[in-house]
Amino acid sequence: MLVEQILINLLNGLSSGLLLFMLSSGLTLIFSMMGVLNFAHASFYMLGAYVAYSVAGWIGFWPALIAAPLIVGGLGALFERGALRRVHKYGHVAELLITFGLSYVLLELVQLVWGRTAVPFSPPPSLQGAAFTLVHAPGQGLDWVWGEAAPAVCAAASCSKFPLTRAFMMLVALGMLVSLWLLLTRTRIGLVIQAALSHPEMVEALGHNVPRVFMLVFGSGCALAALAGVIGGITFVTEPSMAVIVGSIIFVVVVVGGVGSLAGAFVASLLIGLLQTLPLTVDGSLATLFKATPETFGYPLLKLTLAQVAPILPYLLMVLILIFRPKGLLGTRED
Amino acid sequence: MSAVMSQTTASAPPQGPGAAGGLTPGATPQAHRRARVPRGDSYHFKPYNVGRWLVWGLYAGVLLVAPLLWTSSLAQTMLSQIGIAIIACLSYNLLLGQGGMLSFGHAVYSGLGGYLAIHTLNAVSAGQLALPVSLIPIVGGLAGLGFAALFGYVSTKKSGTPFAMITLGLGELIWSMSLMLPEFFGGEGGISGNRVAGQPVMGITFGPQIQVYYLIALYCFICTGLMFAFTRTPLGRMLNAVRDNPERVQFIGYDTQWVRFLAFLIAGFFAGVSGGLSALNFEIVTAEVVGAARSGAYLLFTFLGGATFFFGPIIGAVLMVVALVLLSELTKAWLLYLGLTFLFMVMYAPGGFASLIMMNLRVAAFGKLRPLWTSYVALALTGLTALLGGSAMVEMLYHLQLNEALGPQMRYLGMTLDAKGLDAWFGAGFVLVTGGALFELARRQFRREWDQAQEEIEKEIKRRESL
Repeated sequence: MLVEQILINLLNGLSSGLLLFMLSSGLTLIFSMMGVLNFAHASFYMLGAYVAYSVAGWIGFWPALIAAPLIVGGLGALFERGALRRVHKYGHVAELLITFGLSYVLLELVQLVWGRTAVPFSPPPSLQGAAFTLVHAPGQGLDWVWGEAAPAVCAAASCSKFPLTRAFMMLVALGMLVSLWLLLTRTRIGLVIQAALSHPEMVEALGHNVPRVFMLVFGSGCALAALAGVIGGITFVTEPSMAVIVGSIIFVVVVVGGVGSLAGAFVASLLIGLLQTLPLTVDGSLATLFKATPETFGYPLLKLTLAQVAPILPYLLMVLILIFRPKGLLGTRED
Repeated sequence: MSAVMSQTTASAPPQGPGAAGGLTPGATPQAHRRARVPRGDSYHFKPYNVGRWLVWGLYAGVLLVAPLLWTSSLAQTMLSQIGIAIIACLSYNLLLGQGGMLSFGHAVYSGLGGYLAIHTLNAVSAGQLALPVSLIPIVGGLAGLGFAALFGYVSTKKSGTPFAMITLGLGELIWSMSLMLPEFFGGEGGISGNRVAGQPVMGITFGPQIQVYYLIALYCFICTGLMFAFTRTPLGRMLNAVRDNPERVQFIGYDTQWVRFLAFLIAGFFAGVSGGLSALNFEIVTAEVVGAARSGAYLLFTFLGGATFFFGPIIGAVLMVVALVLLSELTKAWLLYLGLTFLFMVMYAPGGFASLIMMNLRVAAFGKLRPLWTSYVALALTGLTALLGGSAMVEMLYHLQLNEALGPQMRYLGMTLDAKGLDAWFGAGFVLVTGGALFELARRQFRREWDQAQEEIEKEIKRRESL
């Protein structure tokens, strides 16, 4: 294995993990405040990408990066006001079911408006290309260049590029993490949110409009998902199935990190981001490790390479966490 | 809501003041009686529960007669699928309705049951195993039970929302594995088999579809009976208690996790039976039977049918097959209509169609349905008008998206609409807005009358109680 390949993979894993955190933070915030598991969270992620695609066509990418989350956040708040609040009296199962229904409707609406195939949502010119390139010339140490390396250099040495979109993804996610933390701990509204989290009746008695706070939190959670969607849309493919791809993973993140814990969601996101990316380069399998032959019992299972089983590793991690630490990595609730 | 939930009324015992004590073997009255009178000394008047016999007889009759009335091959395949779906939805409702456990991965158990069943069928075909084909669904059921024991151990550690997330993750796990292990799951093409295998029993080869239908109908009837019986066992009652108040159940010394686990096992078994039947019915099992879409369909239709009543999922199963087979042929946008129906159902009638039926039966039983019928007609007419306008717009959008090459002209309910024309859009919008506004007016009127009827019924019940 080459050092620069490992480094690039590590960074790729970290950036996917940070994208997962942008999604799971909103999910966790909504869940810990309102007790609602927003099943349609990944659908808002998809909607964010599509809305940004359309808005970017009119006013350019950078305004769309701001506008799309605001639009989707507004839609989310509207949904909370119009539908979710109505079923609150029927309990958490009904709340989960209504967001489940919403995920169907959003998927169909997106297909209705933008079609069933992928849309060409490409990053703006300033985000295309490589952030930096690792150059590993034979016989020399590791060197790195900002941006693309000259073709002449790469002809002689092996070059590994780290795309600018992924760097941007990390930057936005870290910025979001810091501002979310500052918002929740240092501002008045953040304190009201934190108080409403544990003692909603008391906060209401002090004269704050708790239902409006809920609506705000739901809307901001959806806006965060949409922001992740804009960045995910330019980095990956903007297609109707993008909700399904991340949908179940972010639930795994929430369970692994500990239900309702924001710090846990952060740790678990990074862990799962790495777990999804790093094994992709390993071609070894248990069969090569144990020198198994096709006659060995369970050979079809043993011959799977680590790269092949990478998609199920997050789910296996979840099962193991549930068996050995049911409250999650940093969780505090027992059930 | 829990009061409605606890009366699982597939059989609706006659509501007379004299009959109630003897008919429903509720736990407490009997315990009291046993304490006072020594066994065998007392005489219990126990008449046949006519209502229950009637309902179950009717159910068996419908299962028997249905394929004789609809003889086309489409009808036979649909009826077979309905029978399978009834078992699957009822087993799902053991979790959702009886136990309050919202599972997003129920297709895992029906799907893996189906896979084990088709592998068994192939073993029978190859002569390695001497098992009658009619017992293969039991193999599927045992497989479902085994996998439910394995995964249920993990997932039933939690309840409520975390349980839902875990089942979703486990479903994804199996789905990803299905792509990884082509030896067991058959890869893209799936595993196919031939149900005409082994020695025919009494001349039944299961070659013709009608023979398979009657096998499915038999399984469907027995499984429905068993699952209904389960709701009347102490374990079934404890499961309801775990759903409604787990803390209190723990206080009186029960292990809620164990109760959930046992229920999960039973649901897994019946799901496996349905998977085995569908393996026999289609003679092919592909990886999509363990997919999230199938699990979602179980949830959606069980809820639409009505999770709070035992017979609700039966309605849901019929709807499921009708929607998957007929509605999906009729319109490309069927998932949108389905999702919207689901949203409105969760918001306005969380008990599903079954609860709507039961509420109206209650109103009818008190003779208050007659004044309401004009409102019903008004609701139906205005609702259909709004639906007509809305669906015309949806269909035009879909037409523009998918059939661009065919030109803007499209057929809609016998009309020709120009999907790019302003007048078609304006007309459809006008119909939608008018229908919607009138529907809202009708709904308010209906609401008033309905509330009044309910109030009168409450008064009537109070009056009868005081007699």
